[in-house]
Amino acid sequence: MSKYLLIPVLPLLAFFINIILGRRYLKDNAQWVSIAAVLGSFVIAVSSLFDVISGSRFYGDIYTWVVAGNFRASVGFNIDELTSIMLIVVTTISSLVHIYSVGYMHGDKGYYRFFSYLSLFTFSMLMLVMSNNFLQLYFGWEAVGLCSYLLIGFWYEKRSASDAGKKAFIVNRVGDFGFALGVFMIYLTFGSLDYRTVFNSLSMHLNDPLVHMNLGITAVDVNLFTLIALLLFCGAVGKSAQIPLHVWLPDAMEGPTPVSALIHAATMVTAGVFMVARCSPIFNLSPFAMNVVAVVGAVTAIFAASIGLVQNDIKRVIAYSTISQLGYMFLAEGVGAYSAGIFHLYTHAFFKALLFLGAGSVMHAMEGELNIQKMGGLRKYMPWTYWTFLLASLSISGIPGFAGFFSKDEILWQAYSSGGPGRLVWIIGSITAFMTALYSFRVFFMAFHGEFRGTHEQEHHLHESPKVMTIPLAILATGAVVAGWVGIPSLLGGGNQIAGYLGHVLGHPKGEGTGMQEMMVMGFSTALGILGIGLSYIMYGRRSELPQKIAAAFKPLYTLFYNKYYVDELYSYTVVKPTLWIGKNILGKVTDGTIIEGVVNGVPGLIGWFSARFRRIQTGLVQEYAAVMAIGILIIMVVLIVW
Amino acid sequence: MNQLGYPILSVVIFLPLLGALMVLLINRKNESLIRWVTLITSVLTFILAIPLLTHFDKTTSKMQFVESHTWIPQWNIRYSVGIDGISILFVMLSTLITVLCVLISWKAIKDRIKEFHIALLIVDTAMVGVFSSLDFFLFYLFWEAMLIPMYLLIGVWGGPRRLYAAIKFFLYTLVGSVLMLVGIIVLYFAGGRTFDIVQLSSQNLPYGLQFWLFWAFFAAFAVKVPMFPVHTWLPDAHTEAPTAGSVILAAILIKMGAYGFLRFSIPLFPEATKTYLVPMMLLSMIAIIYGAVICLVQSDLKRLIAYSSVSHMGFVTLGLFALNATGLEGGILQMINHGIVTGALFLGVGIIYERTHTREIADYGGVASRMPVYAAFFMIFTLAAIGLPGLNGFIGEFLILFGAFSAKKAIAVFSATGVVIGAAYMLWLYQKVFFQTVNPKIEAIPDMDLREIVTLLPLVILIVWIGVYPNTFLSYMHASVQHLLERVNIAPESLSIARLLPWR
Repeated sequence: MSKYLLIPVLPLLAFFINIILGRRYLKDNAQWVSIAAVLGSFVIAVSSLFDVISGSRFYGDIYTWVVAGNFRASVGFNIDELTSIMLIVVTTISSLVHIYSVGYMHGDKGYYRFFSYLSLFTFSMLMLVMSNNFLQLYFGWEAVGLCSYLLIGFWYEKRSASDAGKKAFIVNRVGDFGFALGVFMIYLTFGSLDYRTVFNSLSMHLNDPLVHMNLGITAVDVNLFTLIALLLFCGAVGKSAQIPLHVWLPDAMEGPTPVSALIHAATMVTAGVFMVARCSPIFNLSPFAMNVVAVVGAVTAIFAASIGLVQNDIKRVIAYSTISQLGYMFLAEGVGAYSAGIFHLYTHAFFKALLFLGAGSVMHAMEGELNIQKMGGLRKYMPWTYWTFLLASLSISGIPGFAGFFSKDEILWQAYSSGGPGRLVWIIGSITAFMTALYSFRVFFMAFHGEFRGTHEQEHHLHESPKVMTIPLAILATGAVVAGWVGIPSLLGGGNQIAGYLGHVLGHPKGEGTGMQEMMVMGFSTALGILGIGLSYIMYGRRSELPQKIAAAFKPLYTLFYNKYYVDELYSYTVVKPTLWIGKNILGKVTDGTIIEGVVNGVPGLIGWFSARFRRIQTGLVQEYAAVMAIGILIIMVVLIVW
Repeated sequence: MNQLGYPILSVVIFLPLLGALMVLLINRKNESLIRWVTLITSVLTFILAIPLLTHFDKTTSKMQFVESHTWIPQWNIRYSVGIDGISILFVMLSTLITVLCVLISWKAIKDRIKEFHIALLIVDTAMVGVFSSLDFFLFYLFWEAMLIPMYLLIGVWGGPRRLYAAIKFFLYTLVGSVLMLVGIIVLYFAGGRTFDIVQLSSQNLPYGLQFWLFWAFFAAFAVKVPMFPVHTWLPDAHTEAPTAGSVILAAILIKMGAYGFLRFSIPLFPEATKTYLVPMMLLSMIAIIYGAVICLVQSDLKRLIAYSSVSHMGFVTLGLFALNATGLEGGILQMINHGIVTGALFLGVGIIYERTHTREIADYGGVASRMPVYAAFFMIFTLAAIGLPGLNGFIGEFLILFGAFSAKKAIAVFSATGVVIGAAYMLWLYQKVFFQTVNPKIEAIPDMDLREIVTLLPLVILIVWIGVYPNTFLSYMHASVQHLLERVNIAPESLSIARLLPWR
């Protein structure tokens, strides 16, 4: 156990060392502490993977965290197949991003702070994936959110950056609100938050009565598992940026690019996907919740892809692409193909981190320029970035042989064969595959091909990034190609080892179909991917007038996509502004300012008014007092008799 | 007579008073001696209180370290003090907070230094006295004794509108206290001519009496907490008070209201408490949401934190009136947490106010660039306030909401929105003060010095300690909370209005 304990503790130590000693003493050497720690975690993570493969899993508590009344929760680890895959993803990408950041963040005045936050993030993410109970999961869940907040707003002097960090935290809190209620429901139902206890006692609650929810005006009966699953899913929707809580992720691009690669592409945003997989025993009991997951995933996938088609900010395109790919993962989980979802999580981590780090390399050369309209022809200046970016784009477009192909194909096939809403989400997924190829290569062609469209100064400055940045790119590019080879379907002569491996925890999807159908699905999505690349080449590779013409022809649609469906504006006018207005004008001015203060300040005045009246009663005439007394006694007697 | 063999509680209660007497004898010109004597007295008080923690028997719900002496035999008034699992943490917190208040006022208080420190030490005595009294007469004495130095702290050393705030604070609490006094006198006669709190807490009063007394005590406690809608003294008092005054108000004084519910309302009037559980929870819910929303639009640093107290104390009362072990323990822990965190926030505001002399949020910006150490401390306090897991606020809020959820789901669900809004206003505050470009008005402010770091460090340690291992603190409560619940559980629930007339 102490071995597993080291996995999160090493980065935690690095965090403390850097945050306390960094500013005064470590300064530009802060990276050594953090990198050493994360590499240590990586090595232990690899050895844990081999432990699990050889059949030795770990499940146990470290200490009792909270005991209050009948509530009890621990801190503990669960090292199984699912966790081991997550450990590899987190520590690998984190290590590479750490190394890349040495070059990217060089000379930044917050250098030590950056590395201490990276370490804190790595610790939190590891605690999240290694947890053996819901409360620790929640701890990791919010802690990664904190790191995300700190790193998005890393350049806090920029208004937009600090706004984006705050937005990310608050939007995530909305999702966590539901998540916490889900945790409450779990404890109330099962009397524990321990994964094993909960999942093992599910069967005892199969015949539980429906949960009666009194909504004030109307009451509805909800299936217990549907309720729990949907509440938990709320958290996933927030953390993994699904509709309607996706709005924070594009803004999160204000953070340094290595952060976008690590947190907002490869690891943290996939926590929702991981959580749903971890809770698959609960989700499996509610077909309704599963359908919700599938539909939310599918709709998000195509929705985000449509926005990605028209954005000009290189990082935002990739951010929408991330939202879209996360939708893919949920789509898979919703049709019961949890292992396919996790498989895509794993391949996506490589190619998406690579895309972001490639974009970072471009920004490094272009002095922070983000607009792809002002790039072009970068191929000849930065060959490493160019070739690795190409590999990543081919991978995400699902070109056969690349990592993304295998995982995406697995998802689409499982959707197709699962029945229910499977066919529908398969169609949406396939269209999204086409759009994915189109926008990915749009960025690729516009940035790396054609003529340079930036300023002379920028052109003069163009250069390939230093080795400390290109080597991580090369390693990730290798992953973007070969990472999928652990999941080659049997149709293509592979063993799909990853599905078998994860099957111990996540079960096997129910879908069935013939080899012919599978071939058809595979061929169809591949063709769509190639078609997308081809169209992209015609539109952007050859710099035709086509994009402008299409934009003009579909003006309303283009405007809608370009403005991201106006979701931000919608929230601003329906939630944010009304709340502030009520706070200021109703609560501040009317209730607190007028009513309560009026009463409080009015009481002394009222007493004065009364005493003036009472003075008049005290006339000093004994007859009047006697008369009043008599009337009083009469009234009391009447009351007593009648009672 | 108690497990230590010497009257430890009396020592802790009256040592500050002794210190105040010593300060009284010092020449007022000798400012540094006054400060040092006060500091040493408060530190000594804290150190002498530590055996309470180490020698506390966690297995019993009985009062411990009890001292009981006849005081005024004619009325059966006794000097009796003692603590149990509910009060021990408040005694400790009071003595700690006093030390920090002395430290934070080291440079901030420049006039009437002698009087200021005397007032502070008297407050210390009164605070510990309130939390350890076992006799109603004694309790009421300390309760009211607290009022006068607090009134002076606000009214003499406060901001521009200090007199208005001080009088408002005084009148508000006095009105509540008077009703409680009537209640105490009624109890004295109804309970067989005794002021003994422990004895009274085991009697079963008729429901009609419970009803009236419940509301009489409610008046006093609700004002102190403060619960909606009697909260409007708090923003004014907090805003105008000097830093030390705000800290004591936030950390200890408003806890006395919630402590009153725990120590008196629930055990003395269990039937009435059970009957009015839903209205109490609803009032708490309103306070949570109301306080949070109003925070979103504040422009004054201290006012914002004051309103956030309304919201956070809403959580506390929500947990207490959930009337189950989880909610109660969460509520008690959250009282400690709120004392630590809001105390820390006010200390933090004091530190920066000393440099800039402005409380307007708009006058700040970019403080993180100028005061990185301070920014880091304030970040920890902010995160603790919004209930980040791993820090203390989370444990309290989670237990409270879970307790409330077990009792009344809908109320808990609505209350939980306070956690979302809480994040919004605290992060907004942090952004406006610490992030963005440096405001020219604060171009040259220095970072925290050693004294200020020493002041804040104990609170940071407690924040992390409670967040990571709350059982250290929760374990003190188990037996007492269990005892309290047993008392509540045997009480019948009653909704009959006809039984409200006490003479029937």
